[in-house]
Amino acid sequence: MSVGAPKIPVRVAEVVQVNDLIKRFRFERRGGGGLPVFSGGAHVVVEMDIQGVRRMNPYSLMSDPSDTSGYEISVRRDDAGRGGSLFLHRAVRVGDEMVISHPVNLFALDLRAKKHLMIAGGIGITPFVAQIAQVANLGGRFELHYAARNAALCAYGAELQARHGRAVHLYLDDLGQAMDLPRLFATQPLGTHLYVCGPKPMINWVLGAAKAAGWPAGAVHHEEFLAPPPGQVFAVTLATSGKTVQVGTHQSLLEAIEAAGVEAPYLCRGGACGECETRVLACDGTLLHNDHWLSAAQKADGAVIMPCVSRFVGQSLVLDR
Amino acid sequence: MSRTVFEPAIPSRPVYGVLEPRAGSGHLLVADGEGAAALLDLLGSAAGMRQSCHIIYTPGANGVDMTAGLQALQVAQFWRAPSFAAALPRLRQVLATAHMGLQICAAGTEGLMGQVQREVVDAGLPHTALQMEHRGSLARRVQCVHCKGITENVRTDPCLCSHCRLHLYVRDHYSRRIAAFQGVNIDAEDPGRVPAAVERFA
Repeated sequence: MSVGAPKIPVRVAEVVQVNDLIKRFRFERRGGGGLPVFSGGAHVVVEMDIQGVRRMNPYSLMSDPSDTSGYEISVRRDDAGRGGSLFLHRAVRVGDEMVISHPVNLFALDLRAKKHLMIAGGIGITPFVAQIAQVANLGGRFELHYAARNAALCAYGAELQARHGRAVHLYLDDLGQAMDLPRLFATQPLGTHLYVCGPKPMINWVLGAAKAAGWPAGAVHHEEFLAPPPGQVFAVTLATSGKTVQVGTHQSLLEAIEAAGVEAPYLCRGGACGECETRVLACDGTLLHNDHWLSAAQKADGAVIMPCVSRFVGQSLVLDR
Repeated sequence: MSRTVFEPAIPSRPVYGVLEPRAGSGHLLVADGEGAAALLDLLGSAAGMRQSCHIIYTPGANGVDMTAGLQALQVAQFWRAPSFAAALPRLRQVLATAHMGLQICAAGTEGLMGQVQREVVDAGLPHTALQMEHRGSLARRVQCVHCKGITENVRTDPCLCSHCRLHLYVRDHYSRRIAAFQGVNIDAEDPGRVPAAVERFA
């Protein structure tokens, strides 16, 4: 069984403060040599050792997918988060050695589309920077609609507009600019595919508007990584390994399983890909499903759980791991 | 009305549903032969759709022609073509100039629905965007995997390739790209030993 994605040892080649909230990091392979080509929308999982605690966070790659000399990610500082973004912002310097996963793409362009309509909110711009480079290389047709709080926080907006002109539309909240989704959706040529990445309320707004406009579900793509939410401490028994482990308040179930030395499959660690799906053998209590992989029926049924983001409250939980 | 029941088959074989009204900026409905009855059912339950409806209809290869019933619906646009081949330029023109929000349905034989689905996919939509409802004949559109010729309205298994004259075993293996079931030479290893043709697709 392959556990997680294969790893790549990298060195931090460049750190750029993009704006008040965002830093960009460039990774190059340690010992030289190229990195794998990826496709726009792919992410890597970045491993961090934060004072003895291992954090593994997914970040979208934003460099040109055909550039194999290095990968770039942009990280928004989340002061209320679990510490991964703060660690990258405060502790990571040029020259540091780190480990990342191979790229995995859960948000790929459908290249059968006649046109790609991209909608970004805030840091959700990052996968689109790579996708736009890919589409532009292929000579494809695209349109980007990108909303940010103000011009200073509209990372890469000006650069994209300079390079791609009228294909890039910026909306700044402080100027009262907002997307007119019904008009935007009604005027797209048949065969357009829609992609949205940003904060959860924005994704829900865009998906709802697309459905109301009669867009088929298969032409609508979105990506949202969840951070594992904190919660009450609970115990879990791993039947196959014969271990019982405690899951801490700020630890995910997957992290607790890994900390106990039990290998468990994963890819995105953000509730999106389905790789870590684990069978629930016994449950005296309530599963707190936080992923958007399982269907509502599967969540109600309770036969499986996604340990990367989901938790448990109650008396006892036994997993097939 | 009848809802066709198909024998269990491999996953490659297409499955069909029942047309349902869906919100959209317009409705493109394509049917052949008895497929007209599915459109009558759909528009009977959603009469409000008629003013944004474009129907393209061709009589069935079996001679069934329900043109009069469809014309009586008085939809925004009704176009009757003598064959699917004759309807194709219009279908392509409609798809080429349409916007997202158009709801597309196909009803009738598998050959008609598969060819509409192929055009929809060529227009950039996912294959799941097309609603389909089977009505009428089970006759198949078959591609000879040897000469690549397409034989329409195949009713028997094995069948004769209308291009290279090989005897073909008609598989459930289906190609969305060419909108046809795959036909494989049945007497390749023992030339001349061809089982009697059975009418499986009446």
